[in-house]
Amino acid sequence: MIKEFKQSVDAALQNHNLSDILDRWNYPASRAKAYAGIDIEALRDRIAEIKSTAATKLDALAEQFTQSATAKGAVVFRAKTPQAVLDYITNLCKERNVTRVVKSKSMASEEIHLNSHLAHHGIQADETDLGEWIVQLAKQRPSHMVMPALHLTRQEVSDLFSTAVRRELSHEISELVDVARKELREKFLTAEMGITGANIAVAETGSLVIVTNEGNARLVTTLPPIHVAIVGIEKLIENFEDISPILTALPKSATSQLLTSYVSIITGPIPNTDGTQKELHIILLDNKRTEMARDPKFRQALQCIRCGSCLNVCPVFRLVGGHVFGHIYTGGIGTILTAWFHAWEKTKNLQGLCIGCGTCKEVCPGKVDIPGLLLEMRRRLAAKEGLPFIQKTALQIINNRPIFHAMLRTAALLQKPIVRDGFIRHLPLFLSGLSEHRSLPSIAIVPFREVFKTIKQPASKTKVIFFAGCAIEFVFPEIGEAVVKILNKAGIEVLFPEGQSCCGIPHWGSGAFDLASLAAERNLEHLLRTDATHIITACATCATALKKEWIHVLTEQNKKHLVSKAEDLASKTMMFSEYVHFLLEEKKLLIKDTPEYPTLTYHDSCHARQQGICKTPRSALQKCGYQLKELQEQNACCGMGGAYTIKQPALSMRMLKRKLNNIINTEADYVSAECPGCLIQIRGGLDKLHSKTRAKHPAELILERLR
Amino acid sequence: MFDLFKLKAEAAGSEVHRFKKDADALQFIRGFLKQEEIQDTPGLYAVWADNALMPKAGTVSFENPGVKFLVTRDSANNAKLGITKMDWGMAETGTVIRNSTSVETRLASSLPEIHIACLETGQILPDLPTILKKIHPHEPSCFSFITGPSRTADIERVLAIGVHGPKRLVILCIDTLESAGQ
Repeated sequence: MIKEFKQSVDAALQNHNLSDILDRWNYPASRAKAYAGIDIEALRDRIAEIKSTAATKLDALAEQFTQSATAKGAVVFRAKTPQAVLDYITNLCKERNVTRVVKSKSMASEEIHLNSHLAHHGIQADETDLGEWIVQLAKQRPSHMVMPALHLTRQEVSDLFSTAVRRELSHEISELVDVARKELREKFLTAEMGITGANIAVAETGSLVIVTNEGNARLVTTLPPIHVAIVGIEKLIENFEDISPILTALPKSATSQLLTSYVSIITGPIPNTDGTQKELHIILLDNKRTEMARDPKFRQALQCIRCGSCLNVCPVFRLVGGHVFGHIYTGGIGTILTAWFHAWEKTKNLQGLCIGCGTCKEVCPGKVDIPGLLLEMRRRLAAKEGLPFIQKTALQIINNRPIFHAMLRTAALLQKPIVRDGFIRHLPLFLSGLSEHRSLPSIAIVPFREVFKTIKQPASKTKVIFFAGCAIEFVFPEIGEAVVKILNKAGIEVLFPEGQSCCGIPHWGSGAFDLASLAAERNLEHLLRTDATHIITACATCATALKKEWIHVLTEQNKKHLVSKAEDLASKTMMFSEYVHFLLEEKKLLIKDTPEYPTLTYHDSCHARQQGICKTPRSALQKCGYQLKELQEQNACCGMGGAYTIKQPALSMRMLKRKLNNIINTEADYVSAECPGCLIQIRGGLDKLHSKTRAKHPAELILERLR
Repeated sequence: MFDLFKLKAEAAGSEVHRFKKDADALQFIRGFLKQEEIQDTPGLYAVWADNALMPKAGTVSFENPGVKFLVTRDSANNAKLGITKMDWGMAETGTVIRNSTSVETRLASSLPEIHIACLETGQILPDLPTILKKIHPHEPSCFSFITGPSRTADIERVLAIGVHGPKRLVILCIDTLESAGQ
């Protein structure tokens, strides 16, 4: 990570305005309320279908729109580049003697830096959306797609307005809003041109759908005699009736409203206040969108309806806000759009901010797989430029099991001087940051594969394979031991193929799909060789690899002969909690009678949540006598994210802090998560805080309660 | 349908009143004009668009020179109150909808601080797909969907009312609308 970028992230972490505001909002709850009674999954499917179909024929839709709108009397201009839009508008202003312009919110106009260009030509363009006006007065960029000035406090806004109106204003929001009403009303009445964006453009009818809460777009399109709309071509949809699903979702996802205060559907020029017809110019902006649509992977990003919900739920955005993204569009989706609309080089550091928790993907109304696309950017970057030498060497070593394991065993001996009670609490010199807020686990002296040899297996017809994964193998062998003992209690024989090694998720996450596919290939030959009914893993991250990503990377790397084997394996793979829940249901395991019922809170690790494994571990633990006390934001990322905690330690620790607070507030005896990665993070964090709450894997907790 | 409409409209910050006939609604407006001190002073006018609630243009007299039936950018900008007819209601969101191609309607519903929107109760339809079928545009037009007052949360995400448009939206639902209006 380059130095300036790291500094901008650190500076952003110091500013709590935006994260405090998002915290107070509680977006997930208010969004859920707005969608009450609506089949949200069906709605998302419908939107994804409409937008993905449109993305496959942008050119045809633009042509159809041009014809429909022209037939109704509008002037349509198709602009390939931002410069073409700037020239068009400047020329129009000069021809019509326009010197004052009012604008309602348009991200497309931000994308092409319209205001500064017009100012350069002596044309004053005033933003009228309150947030945009604030940002304009502050000479900044929007920090959020929907609420552009979210990073500024009322005091800061008051200072900006006081300077603008040349008198001292209070910090009362209602007064500030009144000042904006009066100041901007004058501008509406005197402007000679109004510029808007559009939320939807309908090819069939040539209509523009413009959504606002303030009512500024109504004034911008009514008072000045000329209306110019700048529309990114990804806003095009084919049919008028298809407005419905998009307009149903947009306000709910954006601001948790059933509908915004105002929606205008404008088709062709409408009358002016002096009885003349309005001059309506619609500029369809391409700016590499067509190129994006031709890319089979990135076409999906054109399904975005710009609601900003991905920003509201992003644990990283909540911490750093929009400005570290360095450009117009912010957050994960912004990183993708910036790469295409502006330059790939600009996003080299940005894609590394995504921790891959997947929350954005789950709420996106257009079903854009934002983390998947960011990973694809990383993959292309790695394929083109190669990984940094140290990272590549490390990943290659992980892939070579004998060397990797020998190194870990050596490290287990070398760490002795700094280990206390199984934790490394302080690291020397430049490594000290890594253990500042979280003790690190030590490497186990006896790895799991050695422990396994000491557990005598019952001869049974039911055999399962246990896939341990690196963390259980070398950090938490006791979790593996608990899993095996529980399965044995149910009369099941556990097999542990010695050839198994790292699942390849670190390689996959670094974009090194070639190395990840090698990891998949080597594991497959060992895991598919026996008569076992299932492959059990107690690590949600490994489960993601076995169930999903091996198929994905092998397909991507054209190893077709292995894909069907990976699919076979995926169908047999189960998370430990899923399998144990089944054993408990079948009464294969007997629970101790004890008078005490310990309390427990449960953290949904991202990789388990992505597989939909949330209810079964809770239910299994409750069956074993634990009393569940849910923690706030139980499904928010703990900040571990594999190598993320090393690459982005400051962000990782802030996410952890939040998680720890929520855990401690439950006052539960235990916190559990079915992911050793999360346990490393949470257990280490709780140790630093001397908390009484202990972090345990479900297997450890369940074993304690079995007869 | 009306009950759902009222519930959702009020949740969005609108005021909803229901009347049997035009005359009852007009009576309400008379009281409203008095209460809001509408008079022939810039800033305190009422602009009356669409001949809403009138059997014929300008046939209802208010003996109040502050009530302007000529809606211009000047009279609307100096009005405290704007009165318009609406074409439909949308129950699922508590929205009122109007073909507002005529500029008078747009001015009267967007510039004043208070907007009184008159709607026939029977024109409340269930949802967006139903409305979109009604308004499929075949010629140049502007359709306005209005849900509650003008609002913003752009400063610290704190809700503030009336940043550019009306601070109050008062919806009058009339069961038997005798006047055609415009």
